[in-house]
Amino acid sequence: MDAMPKWAEVTLVPLISLLLAAILSALVILAIGENPWAAVKLMVSGALGSTYGWGYTLYYATNFIFTGLAVSIAFQARMFNIGGEGQALVGGLGVALVLLYLPFPHWTIALIASAAGAALFGAAWAFIPAILQAKRGSHIVITTIMFNFIAASLLNYMLVGPIKAPGQEPATSKFPATTQLPSFQDMFSTADTVLFRGAPANVTFFVGIAACFALWLLIWRTRLGYELRAFGHSESAAKYAGISPTKIIVVSMLISGGLAGMMAINNVQGEAERLVLNAVEGAGFIGIAVALMGRSHPVGVFIAALLFGFLYQGGAELALWTSIPRELIVVIQALVILFTGALDNMVRMPLEKVFLSMRRPPKPDRKSTTARAAE
Amino acid sequence: MDLNTLIQMLDATVRLATPLLLACLAGLYSERAGIFDIGLEGKMLAAAFVAAAIASVTGQVYLGLLAGIGASLLLSAIHGVASITFRGNQLISGVAINFLAAGLSVVIAQSWFRQGGRTPQLSGEGRFRSITLPFAESLSGVPVLGPIYAELISGHSILVYVAFLTVPLTWWLLFRTRFGLRLRAVGENPAAVDTAGVSVIGLRFAAVGICGILCGLAGAYLATGLQTSFTKDMTSGRGYIALAALIFAKWRPWHALYACLLFGFLQVIPLRPDLITNTLGLRLNGQLLEALPYILTVVILAGFVGKAIPPRAGGTPYVKER
Repeated sequence: MDAMPKWAEVTLVPLISLLLAAILSALVILAIGENPWAAVKLMVSGALGSTYGWGYTLYYATNFIFTGLAVSIAFQARMFNIGGEGQALVGGLGVALVLLYLPFPHWTIALIASAAGAALFGAAWAFIPAILQAKRGSHIVITTIMFNFIAASLLNYMLVGPIKAPGQEPATSKFPATTQLPSFQDMFSTADTVLFRGAPANVTFFVGIAACFALWLLIWRTRLGYELRAFGHSESAAKYAGISPTKIIVVSMLISGGLAGMMAINNVQGEAERLVLNAVEGAGFIGIAVALMGRSHPVGVFIAALLFGFLYQGGAELALWTSIPRELIVVIQALVILFTGALDNMVRMPLEKVFLSMRRPPKPDRKSTTARAAE
Repeated sequence: MDLNTLIQMLDATVRLATPLLLACLAGLYSERAGIFDIGLEGKMLAAAFVAAAIASVTGQVYLGLLAGIGASLLLSAIHGVASITFRGNQLISGVAINFLAAGLSVVIAQSWFRQGGRTPQLSGEGRFRSITLPFAESLSGVPVLGPIYAELISGHSILVYVAFLTVPLTWWLLFRTRFGLRLRAVGENPAAVDTAGVSVIGLRFAAVGICGILCGLAGAYLATGLQTSFTKDMTSGRGYIALAALIFAKWRPWHALYACLLFGFLQVIPLRPDLITNTLGLRLNGQLLEALPYILTVVILAGFVGKAIPPRAGGTPYVKER
């Protein structure tokens, strides 16, 4: 018997957690001598008040859809993939290598090839921690953290050495013009009105939505998804049912790493159009908060990614116009992880009590009462 | 490589191993009691910031140290409430603490000092000075042993000696006292401890508290001993390296010391790439050296250096009644 109806489980618990995180963030803003209400108004107008703001919000949201889905699929198999940051970095390397060294006549073909490259590189980066967890029992949390650091060193090396463009900057040269993805400005502007002017949101957003749908299909409509969830619920039961733990761990981590890597088609191919240092900017870690808030469900992840896209763009506006630094978003992210992930029971227990007390007592049934009396 | 360079490198190893060692022992108490803690990094960072901030405002490094320990204890309390009281996921709680410290330290530093998220440079009484042990000057003339005593053993700040003394202390506390026996038991089989009438929750909170104090020392040493100010993300993964050292040491205090010295030495090597070139005759890439501690950690975790078995009840919250 569930103590709470399903709708309350998926809406009330995350919303109350979010509210708690918002209240604490407001206190932080107050403590550093700024006005929280003015900050919220600035964030809303900066992130949602214009198509330009929306263009940035949706661009960031696209990043978080991919990293959020990556953490979610691993969560479904009860794996904690903290390595999204490193996998997205290496995915960017995959995108850069594909676009720099292969000729493409049109962006559609380039998109398919770069997505494949990104997913392949990201998945490869997740493979070693996965196989070590499955075969040697090394804790996946620690190994994926280590792989984040190793990925950063690898990218440093590549960008000052082998694939560096001539010049001062540690970056590759610009990708060919035929590989540029259409931005929202190209797609939605008419001759008279220019929408999303200069904003980086691009066609990858729709790839992200497609990825959400594909992942939903995979988790709830395929045999593999069933095995994955079964393994997540109970490893021993799954083993007894003939599901191979090695296969589930490796496959779930490969999908996870591939999704994290695919973030690179948004930020590397779509926005920067070349590979720069630290291109991921923490989006891999925000994926953890997004997955927790979205309850590891693709729809939830999509909504949570939009919310974090708003927070990220709003936070950038705050840093621009007030003395509140950009790191405030890291604090909000931490509070969301804390309340939706670690302090979940603190929110849930009182709610369950409320719902239990609201439930009508079952009608007394003559048969069962007499049966109990006879025992 | 002559004796002097070797001593210099070992001296740097001791300095860089100190924060690792303190954090590693912090994790040891926590994990031996069955509470995983990947928030070592965040606690060190918070302590580093608060210690440097208070030391620069008051000019008293010991006040800074106390405040740093306080900040670290506060984060420990959050971790304890989340993972012991509310039986939440200990890994997620640790991640949250790391981000909380990374974000808050910069936000507060920026609004307090307006120096781009760092604290002012410390000087004089504001930072830990190195201590010269007795006879260091007069004995430095003695061949081989003299320089070792004068350079390597003498001349560190008080927190370095505290860190190294914590190793035997931890060994004694864990393996020779009643408290230690119970602490280890609570990480292996909490139900047995509960049956014996000892509070599981109390013991676990005590362990998390000790972990907070030691992380506070580690962070304060970083910002007021090793460096002279707090800078953004100054822990740079030391909390995670300490965790790796803990696993390498298989949750044992003396082995933790050796593991931390090894990882400290690995951090020194990238600072002296010329020595590698001279002694080994090959040019190693700078980024490879940077990544070396992390790569080695993965190799160790892969179990090629013996199998590491964590405390059995680690990571699972204790439920008194089913």
